[in-house]
Amino acid sequence: MSLINLTSITKHYEMGSQVVKALDGIDITVNKNDYLAFIGSSGSGKSTMLNILGCLDKPTSGQYHLNGKNVEILDQNELSEIRNLEIGFIFQSFNLLPRANALNNVMQPLIYRSIGFRQRKEMAMDALSRVGLGDRVDHLPNQLSGGQRQRVAIARALVTHPSILLADEPTGNLDSKTTVEIMQLFDELHKEGHTLIVVTHENEIAQHCHRIVEMKDGRIFNDSATEKATLGVAV
Amino acid sequence: MFFAFLESSRSALAAIFANRLRSFLTTLGIIIGVASVIAVVSVTGGMSAFIGDSFASLGANSLTIQSYTPFEDLMKGIRSRLTPADLELIEKRGEGIASITPILAANRSSQIKYGSQTAYSEIMGTTYTYQDVSQTYTEVGRFLAQSDNQTRRRIAVIGEDVRENLNLPENPINEYVEFSGEWFKIVGLLEPMGDIMGQSRDNLVLVPYATMVSILGNQARTDIGIQLSLTPTAEPDAVISQLTNLLRNAHDLSSNEDDDFRIQTAEQLMEQFDQILGTLTMVIGGIVSISLLVGGIGIMNIMLVSVTERTREIGICKAIGAKSHHILMQFLIEALLLSLLGGLVGLATGYGLGMVIANNIPDFPSASVPLWAAGLALGFSAFVGVLFGILPAAKAANLDPIDALRYE
Repeated sequence: MSLINLTSITKHYEMGSQVVKALDGIDITVNKNDYLAFIGSSGSGKSTMLNILGCLDKPTSGQYHLNGKNVEILDQNELSEIRNLEIGFIFQSFNLLPRANALNNVMQPLIYRSIGFRQRKEMAMDALSRVGLGDRVDHLPNQLSGGQRQRVAIARALVTHPSILLADEPTGNLDSKTTVEIMQLFDELHKEGHTLIVVTHENEIAQHCHRIVEMKDGRIFNDSATEKATLGVAV
Repeated sequence: MFFAFLESSRSALAAIFANRLRSFLTTLGIIIGVASVIAVVSVTGGMSAFIGDSFASLGANSLTIQSYTPFEDLMKGIRSRLTPADLELIEKRGEGIASITPILAANRSSQIKYGSQTAYSEIMGTTYTYQDVSQTYTEVGRFLAQSDNQTRRRIAVIGEDVRENLNLPENPINEYVEFSGEWFKIVGLLEPMGDIMGQSRDNLVLVPYATMVSILGNQARTDIGIQLSLTPTAEPDAVISQLTNLLRNAHDLSSNEDDDFRIQTAEQLMEQFDQILGTLTMVIGGIVSISLLVGGIGIMNIMLVSVTERTREIGICKAIGAKSHHILMQFLIEALLLSLLGGLVGLATGYGLGMVIANNIPDFPSASVPLWAAGLALGFSAFVGVLFGILPAAKAANLDPIDALRYE
């Protein structure tokens, strides 16, 4: 069964008298354990795509089914719940809470599920250990390096066991060595069965994925499998 | 619900303590408001309890009669009086009266001499019943006796200050002092009573009432106060109306003229006092509520700044699943805790202030904060916090997650 199903999705913005078509009729299906990259230049609509996929924004028209649920009819609070249950966000600028340490940052989404402190801590420690930060849980974000911050953000995305991990330029603020580490982590997560969607403008990042969707002017321009997919999972 | 409350309190406290100085300055308005109300209430509370005790000692079954001059008459130089004749009339014809204590003060603070020493003191003519009415007892010697009055003896009971000012010996009994050209033998020394509001209560000389009347001579100018205690079966209202008729007739008042005297029960005196105190409290309460209002606006202002400052954080929380009510709750509880903490600090400060004030006024009753005042102060600060927290919290809760995430 497909995890994500988009049918004729459009997103229009009104800029004064002009209507900007950020998305102009998108049809796409994403399956479980897909490892997919959206690429495209600035203004191609990939950020809007990410907002729609991540249930941060609602499409102007079209239908969006996520894990069998019809999403585009939900209100803001219901979308919050969907984001909490189904989606793990990984942002370019990490977006950690500056006054909370790594552990509290990772525990934060669990608060919205009303999970008790002890269980929250246990789950968060597991997630932090998974990304290799088990020994830095009480550090504040500004006491961590960029790569470590992104690992905390990944742990925060993983801790809720979401259906999809949604990464927006996850390595955009990182140096090349750390980029490689983070992308290796992504590869591992994919192997463990996670579904990953990466939005990027860097071709090297996209090459880690098994499927590349190229966007241009709010439309899907090209949708193809990479070599890795044909080589199979055992890279 | 409780879970959300707990989690919100946890993060609210973290936010408050992350900006300690700012939180303190924000709540300063609340702190000052609550501190001043508690200081005032603690001082007046102690005072009213104290005054209540002194009035209780007068007994519920006692009446005070005093002359009363309306303000316009006072301006014309007319003065109403109660005269010894009135006293006699009440003695003869009043019903339901157990005892009568006249108090006749010398017209002005009078000179009193002992040897070469001169002092000024309040000199009052009264009877033996004054002892019970004013709760003054002798330390040495005896109080005025009934027979002193009947025989107009030239004797005096003096206060501690008078003894000191006149350089009288420790035991002044049987010494003679001079007043109004007459010699008085000292028969008693009163127990020291200390000061009230900086006024010494020990600078007085008591002489028999009849003696005082004869010394003052010119009765046309005397104005006496009368203290009555009633028989246990007497109805105060009935006694008051009977005495009113008696005095109105004696003073030749026609039916369209107002009373030129006042008859009051101890309870009425206390009520009057409570009324003054109540008005004072209300005025101060008004000032304080303005201060709390200003404090509340201060909190709202800083909370709005805080929401703007944390826009991105709010965006992050929404992206990872916070619903509107989570955000609303967090900011509302932050405002609530902020003003409650301010209220607590204000409560402690105000109580300390009240104690300092009470301790620095000699003989002033110690400060006490009634529980209702503490509860009210905290309740009101909490109310201010919620009231002025709603707007910023609603603003935070209604932020669009995408806009909030993009906020720099």
